[in-house]
Amino acid sequence: MSSPCRRSVSLAVLAVLALAACDREEREPRGAPVGESGPQAIAQGSLYAGEPSPPDPRRQEYEGNAYHLAQGKQLYVWFNCNGCHSNGGGDIGPPLMDDTWIYGDSLENIFATIVQGRPNGMPSFRNKIPETQIWEIAAYVRSMSGQTPTAASPGRNDSLNAKPAEQRAPKAEPKQSNPGGPQVEGRQ
Amino acid sequence: MDVTRVCRTGAVFAMTMALLAAAPALAQDTAPTKAVPAPAASPPDDGAWAMPAKNYASTRYSELDEINAGTVRDLQVAFTFSTGVDRGQEAAPLVVGNTMYIVTPYPNRLFALDLTQPGAPVTWTFEPKPAASAQGVACCDFINRGVAFADGRVFMNTLDGQTIAVEAGTGREVWRTKLGDINKGETITMAPLVVKGKVLVGNSGGEFGVRGWLTALDAGTGKIAWKAYNTGPDSDVLIGPDYKPFYDKEKGKDLGVTTWPPNAWEIGGGTVWGWIAYDPELDLIYHGTANPGPWNPEQRPGDNKWTGGIFARNPDTGQARWFYQVVPHDLYDHDAINELILLDMPVNGTMRKTVVRPERNGYIYVLDRATGEVLSADPYAYINSSTGVDLKTGILAMVEAKAPKMGKVVRDICPTAPGSKDWNPSSFSPRTGLLYIPHMNLCMDWQSAEANYIAGTPYVGAEVRMFAGPGGHRGELSAWDPVKRAKAWSVKEDFPLWSGTLSTAGDLVFYGTMEGWFKALDARTGEELWRFKTGSGIIGQPIAYRGPDGREYVAVLSGVGGWAGAVVVGNLDPRDATAAKGFVNAVADLKDKTTKGGTLYVFALPSKR
Repeated sequence: MSSPCRRSVSLAVLAVLALAACDREEREPRGAPVGESGPQAIAQGSLYAGEPSPPDPRRQEYEGNAYHLAQGKQLYVWFNCNGCHSNGGGDIGPPLMDDTWIYGDSLENIFATIVQGRPNGMPSFRNKIPETQIWEIAAYVRSMSGQTPTAASPGRNDSLNAKPAEQRAPKAEPKQSNPGGPQVEGRQ
Repeated sequence: MDVTRVCRTGAVFAMTMALLAAAPALAQDTAPTKAVPAPAASPPDDGAWAMPAKNYASTRYSELDEINAGTVRDLQVAFTFSTGVDRGQEAAPLVVGNTMYIVTPYPNRLFALDLTQPGAPVTWTFEPKPAASAQGVACCDFINRGVAFADGRVFMNTLDGQTIAVEAGTGREVWRTKLGDINKGETITMAPLVVKGKVLVGNSGGEFGVRGWLTALDAGTGKIAWKAYNTGPDSDVLIGPDYKPFYDKEKGKDLGVTTWPPNAWEIGGGTVWGWIAYDPELDLIYHGTANPGPWNPEQRPGDNKWTGGIFARNPDTGQARWFYQVVPHDLYDHDAINELILLDMPVNGTMRKTVVRPERNGYIYVLDRATGEVLSADPYAYINSSTGVDLKTGILAMVEAKAPKMGKVVRDICPTAPGSKDWNPSSFSPRTGLLYIPHMNLCMDWQSAEANYIAGTPYVGAEVRMFAGPGGHRGELSAWDPVKRAKAWSVKEDFPLWSGTLSTAGDLVFYGTMEGWFKALDARTGEELWRFKTGSGIIGQPIAYRGPDGREYVAVLSGVGGWAGAVVVGNLDPRDATAAKGFVNAVADLKDKTTKGGTLYVFALPSKR
């Protein structure tokens, strides 16, 4: 019954187990790895038939994590988001630090806006930024108006200190948020 | 062909000189002591206003004098017209025959108004329907600076990079030529100029890493006759045997390549979004080139030719005659695209054919328009970032302590990125000999950062915040005597001036403020004689014309916006000092003073009963 083949298999299994036993305790200081897939098609309004769908589980993962928010802050500059939105006060594009959201205020809405672009000038970054990094940028955008936990929001600025760091941003309760498009006067 | 042109030019010249000599204000002295507009470029006023600058000399001066110091107090609204577009109205209305033509910001609607009818109803509307996404690559509000009229056609540019010819009588499209690509960050906001059957058009996008150019389209067909890039090899820049610059610093082979890090010229800016002038006598067009990209100067060591300077070119071929780089290796986004006013005036005792340019860096430059020699460069505003121009070498001496550095905030730099004055044009009155310069009094803090080039997104690499300069006022209107090289008078304004000026033979100067006041000043003293509050801030270009009824009218578009008014039109958040590249910090209170608008106001004296 004990074939050489089976013995070698069990040896291999033992070896694997032994190796595994040598592993250090696993920690995830930078957050758990997250699957690379965009959100379910986002709703175009804020009215739902029945109950609204539960939020994307990635919300918690990204918005509550200081590392992801800090990465997002850096990527926001590296991908030239600041070229149009400044440090949240806006320029060619709308401000991101206030309570007005043209295409929706949720993390999924912001993710979709970055990936898809928007008709009045927001460029599409589809296939130009890794999805994980888009989630990080989107989470950082939420931190600009105090939508993320204070403990996780960035606590300092790297450059000209244009405004207090996100950690000190007062929470601006989103108003008129309409994922489907520009219903906001004066905003594109 | 050439002989005919020279003879005709000569005839116009002689006629104009005779008319000028007949004018009493100019006949007082036999020895010329005052500046006069280049005669061949400023024919006698026919009461129309067929190009934004009024004439090729770009005087923005009307010979009408029915509205004057004595009568202006009675000036009142004759009619208004809502353009239906509430972004920044920077355009000059045009009047030709019995029709007024108005172009709006994006979506660039073109209206023809019938001036013979009460209330000037719309004759036709032309909708070019530009791409909506173009709004995302317009650096400083999606404005349009005006259209051009020639040979029964109106020529217009669209934000998404097209030039379109429209039949003036019917509003029917004749041709359209696609010139710019928004996916490279190119837009067109400038007003075209028609010279010798060619429509001159340049691109915008200096904040997006575009490569700047000026092109000439055949007015009949829309076909490209020539295209001159402002970076790259000489063959692209149209630099050939005709090129004879005055200064050694402008000489050398392929400087548009060698004064850049490898390949940086391909995304190096040098756009042409400002003003073009034309001297029929010398047969040269004059145009500026905008800032190099990115703003962060440490990413582009070298002089960055041919950005930040003035070109003289042959209008038939585009071949360069001379170039003068106002700001080599620009440190502060100082586009050299402001108005170019062609004046003949005594300089050190001899008459010179000059081109006068109130520059963004705070100096008013007087150049010999035949050679490109700088005859003088005097500060007209507060400057601490440079100390002056060496006329022998043409070099501007910069102040090292105010030069932007990576990883450091350089504080209190004057003037700012938009400069002592930006695009909004001055006017020149031959009666007073004064240039009326609308400008600003702002300073800034600057921190450079490394800019990443991603096509279709901004390529800037600087964080800026602006604030009021010494004295606390943010705007100023200065009357400048180009012969005496001194200010005759000036008027302080609370907000930066972003409107053009108009001067008239009634010895009045008209301009608008960002709060919405439209004002008339005494052209000789600066005393305010009349004001009217329009619906929104004024950043447009006022004009004067003779209506079909023979009366004088003054027209201006009201509607705040542009870079200076971004805080209002974009509803930006002033808590971020760097919003709108730092301009919001300087005008955070503008939201309390005005709202968006888009209305034409036309003024006249009460009609006699």
